[in-house]
Amino acid sequence: MTDKTNITLTINGRTHAVAVEPRRTLADAIREDCGQTGTHIGCEHGVCGACTVLVDGEPVRSCLMFAVQANGKKIRTVEGLADGDTLHPMQQAFMDHHGLQCGFCTPGFLMLAVGVLEREPDMSDEDLLDVLSSNLCRCTGYQNIIKAVRAAAKEMRGK
Amino acid sequence: MTAPAKFVGRSVPRLEDRLLLLGQGRFAADINFPGQWTMRVVRSPVAHGKILSIDAHAALALPGVHAVWTHRDVAHLPPIPFRLTGLKTLEPYRQPVLANEFVRYVGEPVAVVFAENAYLAEDAADLIEVSIEERRATLLATEHPDLYEHPYEKLTTEASVLQKAYGDIDAAFRGAHAVVALELSIGRHSGVPLETRGAIARYDEARDVLELHGAAKVPHWNRDTLAQMLGRTRASVQLYEGHVGGGFGIRGEIYPEDVLVGAAALFFRKAIKWIEDRREHLIAANHSREQTHRVRAAIDAQGRILGIDDEFFHDNGAYMRTHAATVPDLAAAMLPGPYRVPAYRAVGHIRLTNKTPCGTYRAPGRYESTFVRERLLDAIATKVGVDKAEIRRRNLIGKSAMPYALGLDTLGTKIVYDSGDYSGLLDKALALADWQNLQQELHRRRQSGEKVGAGLAMFVEKSGLGPFDTVRIEVKSDGSVEVVTGVASIGQGVETAMAQICADALGVNYSDIKVIHGQTARIDKGMGAFASRVTVMCGEATRMAAAKLRDHLLLLAAELMQSKKDDLDIRDGQIVRLKSSSGPSMPLAELARQHPLTAEATFESSHMVYPYGVHIAVARVDADTGGVTVERYAIAYDVGRAVNPKLVEGQIAGGLAQGIGGALLEEFLYDDAGEPLSVTFADYLMPTAREVPELSILVTEDAPSPLNTLGLKGAGEGGANPVGAAIASAIDDALQCPGAITRLPVTPQRLKALLAVR
Repeated sequence: MTDKTNITLTINGRTHAVAVEPRRTLADAIREDCGQTGTHIGCEHGVCGACTVLVDGEPVRSCLMFAVQANGKKIRTVEGLADGDTLHPMQQAFMDHHGLQCGFCTPGFLMLAVGVLEREPDMSDEDLLDVLSSNLCRCTGYQNIIKAVRAAAKEMRGK
Repeated sequence: MTAPAKFVGRSVPRLEDRLLLLGQGRFAADINFPGQWTMRVVRSPVAHGKILSIDAHAALALPGVHAVWTHRDVAHLPPIPFRLTGLKTLEPYRQPVLANEFVRYVGEPVAVVFAENAYLAEDAADLIEVSIEERRATLLATEHPDLYEHPYEKLTTEASVLQKAYGDIDAAFRGAHAVVALELSIGRHSGVPLETRGAIARYDEARDVLELHGAAKVPHWNRDTLAQMLGRTRASVQLYEGHVGGGFGIRGEIYPEDVLVGAAALFFRKAIKWIEDRREHLIAANHSREQTHRVRAAIDAQGRILGIDDEFFHDNGAYMRTHAATVPDLAAAMLPGPYRVPAYRAVGHIRLTNKTPCGTYRAPGRYESTFVRERLLDAIATKVGVDKAEIRRRNLIGKSAMPYALGLDTLGTKIVYDSGDYSGLLDKALALADWQNLQQELHRRRQSGEKVGAGLAMFVEKSGLGPFDTVRIEVKSDGSVEVVTGVASIGQGVETAMAQICADALGVNYSDIKVIHGQTARIDKGMGAFASRVTVMCGEATRMAAAKLRDHLLLLAAELMQSKKDDLDIRDGQIVRLKSSSGPSMPLAELARQHPLTAEATFESSHMVYPYGVHIAVARVDADTGGVTVERYAIAYDVGRAVNPKLVEGQIAGGLAQGIGGALLEEFLYDDAGEPLSVTFADYLMPTAREVPELSILVTEDAPSPLNTLGLKGAGEGGANPVGAAIASAIDDALQCPGAITRLPVTPQRLKALLAVR
């Protein structure tokens, strides 16, 4: 169990050659081995969604995936959303609509919403609400997150 | 010349957001030091028992495992002291850092492992064999008290009985037209922030300083206490607050784990990192709320309250932690709320059980006693046959009675409602919810078979606890402004709110201001973030320091600019001439390069300030499943003065979601042996985007506080306070069965059972 395997994780376009135990979660590998601490760990059993990242475009709970399973796959995390100094429309919308307070759940919500809307830009408000109800936030009461995601969806469609 | 920018009262964007959105926050788990060891806690698997042996041989044999500690290794450390409301009689019930002889709840730390990394530490913890002789677990605070086993004192599980009273309660009941009596219970739930707890300690030998990272809420108090516990001077212990993933009262108190990492860093001369997992959090971090009240009201023929007599049982779990008697004390002190209650008596039994110990959680004591009081008001309305709004109007304290001395005290202060127009806000809330039309609409829907109804609840909050806050402001040589505070940020927007206040008082842009919090090395004294105190106390101190600094700057500038001080002003970071438009202005940076520009001020206050509010809920019951849907919700809340209305609304909306959790979903359940059943997010259900309704919020500024210059009152807890009460009232109405709801949370199982017997 403690023997290490060499893998390559591609995070936001940059490759990281790391040696991990088979049991190491993708979340731990991203944070500890690749130093990208924007991805947060809130429950380690796949419920809260704070650790959501995109793996080959799909939102994934990185606490429920082993790092070795992501070998060679394209991973996107919150650190890769902004374009230089310009925030991604989703990030900007969260700021404009006060969609965050403590900010711990925020990276997970951002990646979930971006991943889903890139795949399905015309998702209905009702379906979007279903998607957003898969992550937990303890500060905002969600209404501002919903407003932010709907506003960003519009913005993303316009591009 | 343009008018000076005004920031207070505007919903400007938060200064905190950018870093957090970019994923550049620094939460506890993000902090690492070279060569650090990971600490893992071995926790009691049984609720109550005597420790016979702890065998760590197998764990210590694992490569990469450095050490294992049990109570013997930390026997020299005192139990964790009280921070608030510490009664002498409660002291024997304080929690040791590691269990000593007895274990009293599942989750109690009995040993700690230090290892190379988190995976190894967890492997090693699994190999430690703890042998415990099980004892019967006490799980009900309403039962007759049991013996509380203690090495050298004879104790029972009734740690103390607190009493609060005024007026002639017996006479009130003797003269009553009628008496309304209820038994009401609030379930065990808690703050459960999304970030679990974490603590990283590092001893810097060169400076002889013990650094503790991952601090939150009350860093200065924790520094002083940890220094005392570890036998060090205050100056040789420093706490550093990074980003904090939610507080809600439970995060940032001193827990056993905080003491352990500090002691271990000193002993091993290694950085020690401890990050809690979610299961641990749900069984080890403070629980809250669980109380049962037996309450009676004496009323006259019109339903006016003559007296309230309450006996309640507070289930504090296995130990008295830092909050000591705070929660039951606040429950008793705040129960009368916005109503005229001529005679009052509360007797609170503080009981210990074999469950996770308790502390405060957003609106501590008030979520509980507002549920009790507002259920009582609904019952009185039914008794005298008037509607929910009318019964409240008949009993509210009038505007002309302000300031209103309640005749009770709490948190070392006398309760004096500083200002308020309670019936005025009730009218506004009813208008906000379109109450009259709502009643008709709900009536029609019920006629067509739906079980839907509306509930109403009112409350007075407390905020702005003193006794002081100190703020130091400096203009740096680049013209930027630094505000050094002794408060803490738990995600509520402290930096933005303080910057807005400073910006107005000083004459600079709020985005040029950096607000420091949670750094004991930067300011000697501080009170931290609790009791909705920061905006009030630190806000006023910030305004005072900024005004002082402005005076100082203008005096210096007058000399350099050969002008009179009164002819100068500071606008957008420039010193400008008021009288003549011809003369040049001077940037603050230029002045700062010539003179040290700093000022400090302390705001002291011995009284709290009291915001107040009204909640209106519309709920629908599904008779087949027992499920409750909160369809709509309206909140009117008077905060005296809103520094940033959007942030105030954010606080209210967040509080509502947590209140809904406690009303319908969240509960720490135990089996008969004291085994916790709510140990994952699949068992402990927090509201998602699906369970939180659309919300109308009305933030009013009708009653500014007379106790500070800006008129501020705290906004942190009014979103949560009466939610259980309002939803219970709405469910009663939906079922057309007044008084049906006597216990929170109203889970589908409980509601189905209730519907079955009817």
